[in-house]
Amino acid sequence: MPTPGDSAAEVWPLWEVFIRANRGLSHVHVGSLHAPDAAMAVRNARDLYTRRGEGVSIWVVPAAMVTTSDPDAKGAFFESSAGKNYRHASYYTKSEGVKHL
Amino acid sequence: MTTPADLTAVTAAASVEPPSPEQEQFDALIAADSRIEPRDWMPDDYRRTLIRQMSQHAHSEIIGMQPEANWITRAPSLKRKAILMAKVQDEAGHGLYLYSATQTLGITRDEMTEQLISGKARYSSIFNYPTPTWADMGAIGWLVDGAAICNQVPLCRCSFGPYGRAMVRICKEESFHQRQGFEILLEMMHGTEAQQRMAQDAVNRWYWPSLMMFGPPDDDSPNSARSMAWNIKRFSNDALRQRFVSMLVPQAEVLGVTLPDPKLRFNDETGLYEMSEIDWDEFHEVLAGRGPCNAQRLARRRAAHEDGAWVREAAAAYARKQAAAAGEVA
Repeated sequence: MPTPGDSAAEVWPLWEVFIRANRGLSHVHVGSLHAPDAAMAVRNARDLYTRRGEGVSIWVVPAAMVTTSDPDAKGAFFESSAGKNYRHASYYTKSEGVKHL
Repeated sequence: MTTPADLTAVTAAASVEPPSPEQEQFDALIAADSRIEPRDWMPDDYRRTLIRQMSQHAHSEIIGMQPEANWITRAPSLKRKAILMAKVQDEAGHGLYLYSATQTLGITRDEMTEQLISGKARYSSIFNYPTPTWADMGAIGWLVDGAAICNQVPLCRCSFGPYGRAMVRICKEESFHQRQGFEILLEMMHGTEAQQRMAQDAVNRWYWPSLMMFGPPDDDSPNSARSMAWNIKRFSNDALRQRFVSMLVPQAEVLGVTLPDPKLRFNDETGLYEMSEIDWDEFHEVLAGRGPCNAQRLARRRAAHEDGAWVREAAAAYARKQAAAAGEVA
């Protein structure tokens, strides 16, 4: 399933923009833009999304290359983690009060 | 015109049939004050309403560059020129954020541009007023951007995720616009008598149109009730207008300007400001395309689009050439 907003009818391809706010942080999606190629997409992303010191690094990804999970199958797709509370540390209460556990 | 009463009738009639599971899920998300994301199922009217509101909002940002661009070459100092250019660049950016967010609803950028330059889509009526003096840059920043912020802050919590996220980014940038406008007026009010008159004149001209920016009164606002039920809008037009005026009054005192409404006064009992009736005929005239600058603004936007065609073509040709060259190397 392609990313929302990507359409063959657009004159220029859509690019998803990710920005790393600081060294040590992950790149976070900030929005999207149209550009004829990747180099122009990075330049446009610089102009559009980093005018106030928002970041130190930009990734652009063609929106057409992003594959998403099916929102209609949300329940079934993410079901396996439901009901598995024992995966969380907070599930184990008998050790309460014991130090360094 | 559809009134809220009509809508109640429609809703009552529609609720005879049991809602689909998709509708139920949508309703549950709205009831939980959660967000709707682009790939979620949504009612057609919700999608249509958002496309209309978001694209109009984007168009307003884009057209809004024009009254200000008018003063870039004539700003009174290099500093003011740089500030104004940064502000106009922000407006372009806001338009682009909003166009991108609107595209996630399934409309293309080209369709939206076409709707704007053909005159089919609307944009905020405020941008159809002329900016004859430098003081207009101050009044626009203080009053127009101030009203916009009042409107936009609640939109950060809009139920449609991409719109809310775009608005967070926009609001962060917008407060600089209001403050620089306030500062322009403040400096003029500390200037010569002629400068003071110019500042007051600009405030007089922009005050009422900025109050109209909140839209028609609640009992005459065709889409409000539904937009509020969908958590697109959070406050009614009149409530936002009241909030705005109550912020303006003390600010006007600091500036030393008067607000051009002889009836404006605070009512201790209701806790609200009483004001003169807004000239809604003027509002509807401007909205219908008969404002002072409607034709000029649209013609300018159309010309910019047509004159810019070669840039788009050149960029596409360059991209093709680069891709071909990369193919040869590989």
